Amino acid sequence: MTSSYLIKGVSVLGGDRTDLLIRDGVVADGGGTADETIDADGLVALPGLVDLHTHLREPGREDAETVETGSRAAALGGYTAVFAMANTSPVADTAGVVEQVWRLGREAGLVDVLPIGAVTVGLAGRQLAELGAMATSAAGVRIFSDDGHCVADPRLMRRALEYVKAFDGIIAQHAEEPRLTEGAQMHEGEVSTRLGLTGWPAVAEEAIIARDVLLAEHVGSRLHVCHVSTAGSVEVLRHAKARGVRVTAEVTPHHLLLTDELAASYDPVFKVNPPLRTASDVTALREALVEGVIDIVATDHAPHAVEDKECEWAYARPGMVGLETALPVVLSVLGEQWELIAERMSRAPARIAGLAGHGTDLSAGTPANLTLVDPSARRVVDPAGLASRSRNTPYAGTTLPGRIVATFLRGEPTVLDGKAVK
Amino acid sequence: MIKHLRSAADLDAGTATLILDTAAEMAALAGREVKKLPTLRGRTVVNLFYEDSTRTRISFEAAAKRLSADVINFSAKGSSVSKGESLKDTALTLQAMGADAVVIRHPASGAPHRLASWVDGSVVNAGDGTHEHPTQALLDAYTMRSRLGRIDGLNVAIVGDVLHSRVARSNVLLLTTLGAKVTLVGPPTLIPVDIAAALSPGTEPSRGGKPKENRTGVSYDLDSVLAGTDVVMMLRVQTERMQDSYFPSAREYSRRYGLDVPRMRKLPEHAIVMHPGPMNRGMEIAPEVADSSRSTIVEQVANGVSARMAVLYLLLGGKA
Amino acid sequence: MAYPRADTGSTKIILSGSDLQRVVDRIAHQILEKTSGARDTVLLGIPTRGVPLARRLAARIHAFEGIDIPVGALDITLYRDDLRLHATRALGKTDIPGGGLDGRRVILVDDVLFSGRTVRAALDALSDVGRPSSVQLAVLVDRGHRELPIRADYVGKNIPTALAEKVRVSLAETDDGADEVKLYGGAA
Repeated sequence: MTSSYLIKGVSVLGGDRTDLLIRDGVVADGGGTADETIDADGLVALPGLVDLHTHLREPGREDAETVETGSRAAALGGYTAVFAMANTSPVADTAGVVEQVWRLGREAGLVDVLPIGAVTVGLAGRQLAELGAMATSAAGVRIFSDDGHCVADPRLMRRALEYVKAFDGIIAQHAEEPRLTEGAQMHEGEVSTRLGLTGWPAVAEEAIIARDVLLAEHVGSRLHVCHVSTAGSVEVLRHAKARGVRVTAEVTPHHLLLTDELAASYDPVFKVNPPLRTASDVTALREALVEGVIDIVATDHAPHAVEDKECEWAYARPGMVGLETALPVVLSVLGEQWELIAERMSRAPARIAGLAGHGTDLSAGTPANLTLVDPSARRVVDPAGLASRSRNTPYAGTTLPGRIVATFLRGEPTVLDGKAVK
Repeated sequence: MIKHLRSAADLDAGTATLILDTAAEMAALAGREVKKLPTLRGRTVVNLFYEDSTRTRISFEAAAKRLSADVINFSAKGSSVSKGESLKDTALTLQAMGADAVVIRHPASGAPHRLASWVDGSVVNAGDGTHEHPTQALLDAYTMRSRLGRIDGLNVAIVGDVLHSRVARSNVLLLTTLGAKVTLVGPPTLIPVDIAAALSPGTEPSRGGKPKENRTGVSYDLDSVLAGTDVVMMLRVQTERMQDSYFPSAREYSRRYGLDVPRMRKLPEHAIVMHPGPMNRGMEIAPEVADSSRSTIVEQVANGVSARMAVLYLLLGGKA
Repeated sequence: MAYPRADTGSTKIILSGSDLQRVVDRIAHQILEKTSGARDTVLLGIPTRGVPLARRLAARIHAFEGIDIPVGALDITLYRDDLRLHATRALGKTDIPGGGLDGRRVILVDDVLFSGRTVRAALDALSDVGRPSSVQLAVLVDRGHRELPIRADYVGKNIPTALAEKVRVSLAETDDGADEVKLYGGAA
């Protein structure tokens, strides 16, 4: 039994106030009545956000996150679809594991959970996982990534790029030359020198991206670059795109806002991989995102249990939770450029992933996957108030703009009045 | 007075000078028959050592005991630490035991900063990873002042594996705060990126745009800096660094960056030679140099106790 | 004792510069008399103001009798029993004259005798430095209110005070301006 909703006085992508009718899971034509009316005066409607880079930790680290808790965090962040990274335990390198994650996502029913398959068996970087089996499984995997690890072997990377062409797959590379980052703890530069922490040089990312765009060009395949973090990477991507290489790239909200200076506290809540970079990198990433050299914002939502963060910097796991703060951070960085935000956080990621029904223009007949944002609201981030099972947000105590008031997944609310429906 | 000594950057020139002056008084007391002072009676100092460093631990222990503090040695071996207890849980245990100060030696950079956020008492960094070793810098500065009468205006060369050296970082921060000029010397592979900018005192690194005081310099050529140097501090270089291609061989390192007799002769008449120990004789320092009258290596050990007494007194000798 | 600078209430000059000079002269004479010519005697000033007072006493003794009496300083900070009540104090200088203290008569010199706790600390400090044959105490002002069984052998001036009052000694060597002893507060 599906209800109908009339969203009154909403501004679609910052346009004039209008009414939006949702019926039978789709955006309906014209006005009319509905079972429920939502006063959306002052709210902005966006197509439901799509995250190409989420760690849901299930199976294996259910103490840090589950598909259900991660889905709830995603819905509260305005997302209607998330792509779950493969570095679970066991690794999502078989049809069995990806189907399990996919099924758990359906059961939670808060966002569409789309599993990403591992490129190599056990993320070990030695032999290809059964990519075709994952592609033809119920989960219908299209994106493959060893994220957390780089597919460092150039021959293996070439084969992966070629192989997935058979089912229109895409390789999402975690660009990190492992020999250049042995023991690395933070961005290599003035701050790492001062803090005595082993540096993660920008060139370790840039060298892999340069290699991979050339490989992708050579074999005529698509390449997606995860969490681009340096100004140099932006230059490599700009060059590759100008040459017509089929490469897309993402940036995380934290790399658009935070810098390596935060490591000075030695609080591992600021430890992340790739690491926070310098202010000039942040500037270059923002410009690249506006320009389109970087195609999308992806959260790299990486929940970690308390004991993996309340410890020495070097012993802490890298990563930050981000689903519930992504849109506010992007709003604070880009301002109320709704068209651009919809493109970078919803349409483009859906397009890259070949995901139908998401990232639409909210015209009549399209699936009602959308979110309502109050841009005038401000909130102080409270780690204890997060729906994620983990608390490792770098924004604790920070005031961010925008509040996600409601999210709809195929016409049914997952979030209403800023609270998860279930 | 400061609460913690986590980094030499915690010390401004006034505080650093006060510590050195206090160390001088402590050193004078060390010469008499009764060395014990009642000052820190009833206070508890915990030596929390996650790395073997008998020299440093004994130095801190002697300092605390001479001031009559109760000393608890908590070493990673044979304690719950080796059973995987987290630093935070250990901190809470020490807190419950009423530790007034925790002296921590730890292989992870920044561990003293973390510890300070979990305990009420003072935290003293006795060496953390490849970060800092501020009491070593204090005893080095004290040694320089005793030998040369001042620190302001001295030219100090720190030679060797600066990249992995906590002694180098703390010395650069402290000595430049006190007005010395420091030149870091070594093969480029062992000089960390942007070090001159990273360790300039009183300037905002990276951001802020203020011009930095240029009291820290870098050279790859030891021979060219010796003539204008008042103090040469040789750092320990581990031969294992060879395996990581920081330099081709011990022989080549020693030839280019070792302090031998001909190089020592290039130093001005008054110049002194320091080494934080333990030395690799024949690698970074020739035995004749280590045992020469210019060498302060033995004094440095004795001065360590006085400097650490001064730190403990100034951190714990007043109202908490 | 640290004397707060911002004193309230009435201010009374107890000893002027010339009074202070006369008092030092008198103590010097008394020392010569009671120690049969200051033989085997060492003066140890307690920082801050005990040190210049000890030097002045030695100078006067030299002027009167031509005797050079060793003068030193004994800092008692590390022996105080009230360290935890105040912010950390900087140490004063300890300077034991050559020849040491063993078997000699030590005269401790301080500016004001009040609770007696400073002298108690000085006796502890002294016993860690050597073994004098005897210890005496000389003070410029005794203001009463002892908390320990301690008395001075040489007193420049007895000044009955209320507990709330403060005695402040200024010396040309340690304080800006002239020699002076003032009594502050209390009555107001």
